[in-house]
Amino acid sequence: MERGAAGGIATVTAVARHLAVARAIAAKDLRAELRGRQAVTSTLFLAALTLLIFGFALGPDRASLAAAGPGLLWLAVILSGVLAVGRLHQLEMEDGAFELLALYPVPRAAIYLGKALGGLAAMVALGALVLPLTAILYAIDVASALPGLVLVIGLGALGFAAIGTLYAGLTVRLRAREVLLPLLLLPVVAPLLLAAVSATASLLAGDPLGELGAWLQLLIGYDLAMLLAGGLTYGLALEE
Amino acid sequence: MATRVLGLGALVTVAGATAFALVGVPADLNQGEAQRIMYIHVASAWLAYLSFGVTAAASAWWLVRREPRADAVALAGAEVGVLFTAATIWAGMMWGRPVWGTYWQWEDPRLTTTALLLALYVGYLLIRRLTDEPARRATRAAVVGIVAAIDIPIVHFSVVWWRGLHQGPTFMSPDTILNPPAPGPFVAALLLMLGAFSLAWLWLMVNRYRLARLDWEAEESARRGRLPGLAAAVPAPRP
Repeated sequence: MERGAAGGIATVTAVARHLAVARAIAAKDLRAELRGRQAVTSTLFLAALTLLIFGFALGPDRASLAAAGPGLLWLAVILSGVLAVGRLHQLEMEDGAFELLALYPVPRAAIYLGKALGGLAAMVALGALVLPLTAILYAIDVASALPGLVLVIGLGALGFAAIGTLYAGLTVRLRAREVLLPLLLLPVVAPLLLAAVSATASLLAGDPLGELGAWLQLLIGYDLAMLLAGGLTYGLALEE
Repeated sequence: MATRVLGLGALVTVAGATAFALVGVPADLNQGEAQRIMYIHVASAWLAYLSFGVTAAASAWWLVRREPRADAVALAGAEVGVLFTAATIWAGMMWGRPVWGTYWQWEDPRLTTTALLLALYVGYLLIRRLTDEPARRATRAAVVGIVAAIDIPIVHFSVVWWRGLHQGPTFMSPDTILNPPAPGPFVAALLLMLGAFSLAWLWLMVNRYRLARLDWEAEESARRGRLPGLAAAVPAPRP
């Protein structure tokens, strides 16, 4: 009985310690970014530019732009996100810090969680920029559905960061990583894109078909599946 | 020798099944001659999914045991699977044009899922191409193979929910087994084609597996300097 309790406490402290490791790694990425590493900041401009270019590509018709809004929003987030998660690893590699990270005597899953949290922060920043820009450029009223949109962007950002971090770690040492990362990532995030765009469109329309719940469930399921895959296999990418 | 017999058997049965599907079975009342494409389409699709199942299992096998055999099986599954997926999509488009009036039908969940499947495993083959050292290549590929296997059911769900209008599965669904709408000759032609394609699949898998094992051995020997002639042909590992 007592041993059971002690074991439980030991597990809780171990989990807390791993979370502290993850937080420290994510905080390091954030600090480096704020001190001008420019891993993510440049991708913010790319996301904004993407939205502008989409406008030119689709023409000045307001109705068609507004109809395409949810899809364009998520394309801008995902296309810039591929670069953001890739650069978070690439700059670490160029600094020679990736090898050191692999040498720390902590569970690989904690390192993965830390890098994924950093990726999540980058994706949330992208979403926070792209949402108001979409509203302004494509004349979409987002204010009425804001809480739901924040939730959808959060879930989408988490899922993308989860798989993006795994694949960025897997490809960072490869010659053709700039091409390979989007080639691997885009088909895998296709269901996330579908669910996020459908949920966003449904929220903006006031959920007329009552399908919002299903898409949110799909997003949550996707997030959990990819976090699990990343936690289990990211260490294999580090161990080389 | 046994592989030769298998290959010959596959050749004969594929030819026989093709002849039967072309002249032995009447054309479909509604779809006309185009319906004959379905025999190839369905058989390819079934083997494509089987191949990727093999790759997923072999990827897990490699990660647990680190046996070169496992990696060779995974590679064979992915490469043969990409071949059959491409055949599935091609046959589906050839059928869709006369029957649906369009090559590509965005509302069909199985077509869109299969297209993503092709993209997923082309990525798998690419990451293999770009890694020189065999064990690293096997590990990276195994991670991609497992993520793809996790992703496929989610992809399928998402595109089904995304408003599918496809006719339900013709096969393996309970009410079609209880009151079969497809007349005997149609079912016989499909089963014959499935069997013939499965033989061809097995032959391809065995040969690709053997080639992968030989490749691995050649790379390892070149690395250890046992085959100096080959050393120049195989790129040195990156530091």
